[in-house]
Amino acid sequence: MERLEFDYPSANRPVTNKAHVGVVGSGDMEVLMQPAEEGIAHVSVLTSVNGFGKSWQAVLDRFFAKHDRAVRIHINDAGATPGSVILRLEQAMEVIDQ
Amino acid sequence: MSAASATPTISVPEFVKRQSFIELDARARAQSLMDSGSWRELVGPFERIESPWLPKQGIAPQSDDGCVVLKGTITHQPAVVIALEGGFQAGSMGEVSGAKMTGALDLATKDSENGTKTAAVLLLETGGVRLQEANLGLAAIAELQASLLALRQHAPIITVIAGTVGCFGGMSLAAGLSSYIIMTPEARLGLNGAEVIEQESGVEEFDSSDRSLIWAIYGGEQRVGMGVADELVMDDVPKVASAVQRLVKAGARSVHRSQQVELYRGRIAALDTAKQIDPPSLGKLWNTKGGAQ
Repeated sequence: MERLEFDYPSANRPVTNKAHVGVVGSGDMEVLMQPAEEGIAHVSVLTSVNGFGKSWQAVLDRFFAKHDRAVRIHINDAGATPGSVILRLEQAMEVIDQ
Repeated sequence: MSAASATPTISVPEFVKRQSFIELDARARAQSLMDSGSWRELVGPFERIESPWLPKQGIAPQSDDGCVVLKGTITHQPAVVIALEGGFQAGSMGEVSGAKMTGALDLATKDSENGTKTAAVLLLETGGVRLQEANLGLAAIAELQASLLALRQHAPIITVIAGTVGCFGGMSLAAGLSSYIIMTPEARLGLNGAEVIEQESGVEEFDSSDRSLIWAIYGGEQRVGMGVADELVMDDVPKVASAVQRLVKAGARSVHRSQQVELYRGRIAALDTAKQIDPPSLGKLWNTKGGAQ
């Protein structure tokens, strides 16, 4: 079990909605995405797979390079692969922008 | 292409046009059964009431603990829909999901006693007690049963088992206590799962790798045929929704299946256990609807 935290101070374009997507099933995860109180993006990850901090960092860097949004994200992860992670994040962003 | 050429007519089979209920997650299933715009979610995922026990065991929790509670109306009648997410820990009942379910049913009972009859719909995709939460899971199921018994005197409790997890273990007792059970042919309902029976009594008793045997015993068609479930519906959102609506309108049941102790005792006594009972003969022996209407 590992808890990881990431800040993206330059991601500050506001959002108004929130989104909840995904299921914490094997190889999958859930994303809770909502407006960040501090006006900059923050991500917390709770994962059952230890030792992948750098992979999380890389996937999230890539996500925020595309979406500079001031979102607070919480992820409960049951071993989603980086590809699944980015798809779930994109899906949540799509719900937020609906 | 000339304008005169006729559009070819392609016959699309019925199952292609179906809107699968099974493919929806718990939240979408619950939403699909309520009058649109009538519902709100109670203790939703953003409240983050998660299981405190799973992370201690290296298991990721879920923000709604795998239990979705929607309050609203079904055919303009007050109702609560409680859906278990089969994708999270096989829909198992833990301390939090149990409390959510029991709390929602108790509120429905209170409203019903105060004159607002509130039906409950349970969408059960569950393996039963969450073993990681041990006694707290068992306690949750005990409380749930008390809550079901209280509510069903006032308003109908409709269990829907759609699949593909099915409804097993302690939660099959919850299904058994409800007023009505709706199943799809893909759904399964049973106390002990096939693997448990094989492990305890040997492969001669139950071959858990035999899928057709499993569905011939636990499957929706057999269960409805035996009268231990009430309605068999295809895996189609409008069909499931209209079955639920019909039963909400039917109202509370006067005699429940679980009250007919002598009837079922008699049926069990009549079984000849000297020889292996096969699915077709079981279907024949129990082929009278058990539930009083």
